[in-house]
Amino acid sequence: MPSRQMFRNAGLERTVTMTNNNGRFGIHGGQYIPETLMNAVIELEEAYNHYKEDADFNRELTALFNDYAGRPSRLYFAEKMTKDLGGAKIYLKREDLNHTGSHKINNVLGQALLAKKMGKTRLIAETGAGQHGVATATAAALMGMECVVFMGEEDTVRQALNVYRMRLLGAEVIPVKTGTATLKDAVSEAMREWTSRIADTHYCLGSVMGPHPFPMIVRDFQAVISREIKAQLMEKEGRLPDAVIACVGGGSNAMGSFYHFIKEQGVRLIGCEAAGRGIDTFETAATVNTGRVGIFHGMKSYFCQDEYGQIAPVYSISAGLDYPGIGPEHAHLHDIGRAEYVPVTDDEAVEAFEYLSKTEGIIPAIESAHAVAYARKIAPVMRKDQIVVITISGRGDKDCAAIARYRGEDIHE
Amino acid sequence: MSKIGEAFANGKAFIAFVTCGDPDLETTKSCVRAAVENGADLIELGIPFSDPTAEGPVIQGANLRALTGGVTTDQIFDMVRELRTDVGVPMVFMTYANVIFSYGAERFFSACKEIGMDGVILPDLPFEEKGEFLPVSRTYGVDLISLIAPTSANRIAMIAREAEGFVYVVSSLGVTGTRSEIKTDLVSIVEVIRQNTDIPCAIGFGISTPEQARKMAGISDGAIVGSAIVKIIEKYGREAAPHVGAYVREMKAGMASC
Repeated sequence: MPSRQMFRNAGLERTVTMTNNNGRFGIHGGQYIPETLMNAVIELEEAYNHYKEDADFNRELTALFNDYAGRPSRLYFAEKMTKDLGGAKIYLKREDLNHTGSHKINNVLGQALLAKKMGKTRLIAETGAGQHGVATATAAALMGMECVVFMGEEDTVRQALNVYRMRLLGAEVIPVKTGTATLKDAVSEAMREWTSRIADTHYCLGSVMGPHPFPMIVRDFQAVISREIKAQLMEKEGRLPDAVIACVGGGSNAMGSFYHFIKEQGVRLIGCEAAGRGIDTFETAATVNTGRVGIFHGMKSYFCQDEYGQIAPVYSISAGLDYPGIGPEHAHLHDIGRAEYVPVTDDEAVEAFEYLSKTEGIIPAIESAHAVAYARKIAPVMRKDQIVVITISGRGDKDCAAIARYRGEDIHE
Repeated sequence: MSKIGEAFANGKAFIAFVTCGDPDLETTKSCVRAAVENGADLIELGIPFSDPTAEGPVIQGANLRALTGGVTTDQIFDMVRELRTDVGVPMVFMTYANVIFSYGAERFFSACKEIGMDGVILPDLPFEEKGEFLPVSRTYGVDLISLIAPTSANRIAMIAREAEGFVYVVSSLGVTGTRSEIKTDLVSIVEVIRQNTDIPCAIGFGISTPEQARKMAGISDGAIVGSAIVKIIEKYGREAAPHVGAYVREMKAGMASC
């Protein structure tokens, strides 16, 4: 087991793939936002560039990561799953063991600390499955900040337990009834709220998306995942993995899992998109596989949209992946062929959810189950001396009632 | 000066906004004609977008009604073509970047020129991203209209210097929608704009009463009204045109004294 010493420095990451200072990743990214917000994002970028080099900031963040969130998260050798699949060795990066139960806490602690240093007293956030909302409410409680979370009304029903958790933590949860009443509408509403109240408010965006500098900031705070994987696997196996697999909605856990391997050409990077009922149906959220380039929510990237550029309603069993876009750096990694983005259906994800629970005694979030599902496809055809790392981005307690209902059992929380 | 300047040639301009296709394009046409007959100097035509992040609930509702009715960019171009047979005042589109990007900038702006649209307002295209469309919009002589917000501060001069058509001054923080009070120090903002450009500037966001219009047009060169008109269309539906006309007449009269 690597010592905590190794993770002493939160050591915020330097840009690798960003190709100019306007927040571009190839053609993607940018700052397509109302003029009202421009000075706010410029101020945020300046503050971030200052604090990421600041020793006190890094010390405080590392202490929060280690002592509060419980980092480093474990890299667990899934021996039974490895034997059962009969191919590559499988390791699970256990972000589900973090405080609040997902990788979202990494980004939130970073942004909340940054916001506090900037003199902000109020955090607003969007949430899909509720994981980011819970993490933001947690950080706000810890740091004595006000917190308002926007959540699609449909998601407040799918994830009622997380709504209660957020309220318990002192946050106000606002159900968003516009549009499809899911994650994209929650993002739109949080952006609208930010334009109306900027002076004391930081928009704690939950994924590697939105206008620059958010994709960079969130990526840097999540990059701790791949830094740990690299060090932990080096300690256990003395080498790099052959593949890293993570689920992708906006793509923050995947970006965090990929980041330190981008330059390692021998490592396959695989993002698993939510295909819903299949990429040949309209009930899908597989952005790279079914969308095309567009401009939305502050960024140029791939989006599910109709021929006139109207953003399409998307569907996935997973509220956290139910988003019509993908972060701009992923779009770029796709364009240059550095990462693969594969569709995984609801059925496959639910089977993987049950499989990991029974095989390893680990109940993954339904989002993370998309990554487990794809590993089940490729690990058996890989050699036994090869290594696959799956990021388990969150724990699945929140999903149990919904999966039971999917299987026809009438369970309510 | 572009054709948009004509809207400001006879005193303060009243700029009226409607969402195309709310609830159908026939209603949009009749409302535009009623607004022009009653003194509107410039018409802003909203091309609906599924996720209008700069809009408050009223215009969000109009976007939803229009899209539910099945309106498309091509149908809106056809409507403008027809309106242009009798409507002479300058007209601009107000929409979101993806509507143009998805349609293809070349195809979109060449169509604007062909049908007689004079400008485009994109609330999600700030100064830094103008390059996305500017080379194409310039080619076709369509003004890409810049917005300046209460938070623009040190950015006002930079934006004003490169502005085309007219400068759209956002009166308040937040999204579109009527407001009982506008507190921003707009006099100072307009002063900086005027130091940096000769093109006119008009104030929008939150204006609904003749009193507010008089005050805003007094500070600047015109007043932009959207949500208040959309509310009338929401209330009267296909019968909205005479009500829109009466409202524009009242607003225009309110501004006459400034």
